[in-house]
Amino acid sequence: MNVWIAIGVTALGCYLVKLAGLLVPAGVLERPLVKRLAALLPVALLAALTAQQTFADGRVLVLDARAAGLVAAVVALLLRAPFLVVVAAAVLVTAGVRAVGG
Amino acid sequence: MAERTDKADSVVVRDALGVGVAVGLSGVAFGVTSVGSGLSVVQSCVLSLLVFTGASQFALVGALAAGGGALTAAAGAFFLGVRNAFYGLRLSQLLALPRALRPFAAHWVIDETTAVALAQPTRRGVRIGFVVTGASLFVLWNLTTLLGALGAEAMGDTEAWGLDAAGPAVFLALLAPMVKSAVERAVAGGAVLLGLGLLPVLPAGVPVLVAALAAPVVLWVAGRRSRRRGGRDGVEERER
Repeated sequence: MNVWIAIGVTALGCYLVKLAGLLVPAGVLERPLVKRLAALLPVALLAALTAQQTFADGRVLVLDARAAGLVAAVVALLLRAPFLVVVAAAVLVTAGVRAVGG
Repeated sequence: MAERTDKADSVVVRDALGVGVAVGLSGVAFGVTSVGSGLSVVQSCVLSLLVFTGASQFALVGALAAGGGALTAAAGAFFLGVRNAFYGLRLSQLLALPRALRPFAAHWVIDETTAVALAQPTRRGVRIGFVVTGASLFVLWNLTTLLGALGAEAMGDTEAWGLDAAGPAVFLALLAPMVKSAVERAVAGGAVLLGLGLLPVLPAGVPVLVAALAAPVVLWVAGRRSRRRGGRDGVEERER
């Protein structure tokens, strides 16, 4: 039930911000500070999410095979690999490290 | 004879399909991550159908997997979706849609449709680019979400297959092109410290939201610094 509530709230919220952009008069969102914050908030959220999903196990910080997977993703990104290759590299390296007992 | 600035419709369609197909295929990664995070196949598919903005979807399942409450998880997903409002703002001028059509067009206002539409020199091109990208991406994203979710479910133990590493890799791939200047690096670094540092002490899901505060704090500090230098070469100057 908890999950369905989260899905409902997210779907509604995300739709309403998309619609707001199409309906709101241009001036409201054109202020430089608002634009700058809107560009930086995703950076902060994505960075925090990346770190948590790599180094957290519940509420404990850990260093496990996922870290090796993330390093593989970084290498793939530096080589300008396509999105799916980046994700696949992380998955394969993580599975490989676990398979050899990491 | 078309002028040089006019692109043929077929060229716009081809560009739009290229983006729609390439990105649409990554629904596989979402389906896999979503089921790996403990959601059902149906829940994963409903997310792709109704939310249809990738970063928010990944954020939601990631936060739920970390044990976050429904509302804190949804709040993180919502903040990631806010950028779409700014895309809509640009698109509403370029598409010039009748008001009655806007509620339907809104669902497709995302990174990829905006990128393709804004690249077109004429209103006709903008509209074709938006519709073709939106339609191809929507169809494929939902199909591949289903395939990924079914595949992950069939595999059973998603951790043994390393599928729990898909989520962070996706976030990193989304983040990389956004980090260009020192300000963005400072925001990212601050958010990582806050997100990891507060993890043991705050309820699940909340540290990510607190980490978002890195954005206004870094902006404020950068603004003060540029003012103290007395120059106008600070934050404001980088506005396009």
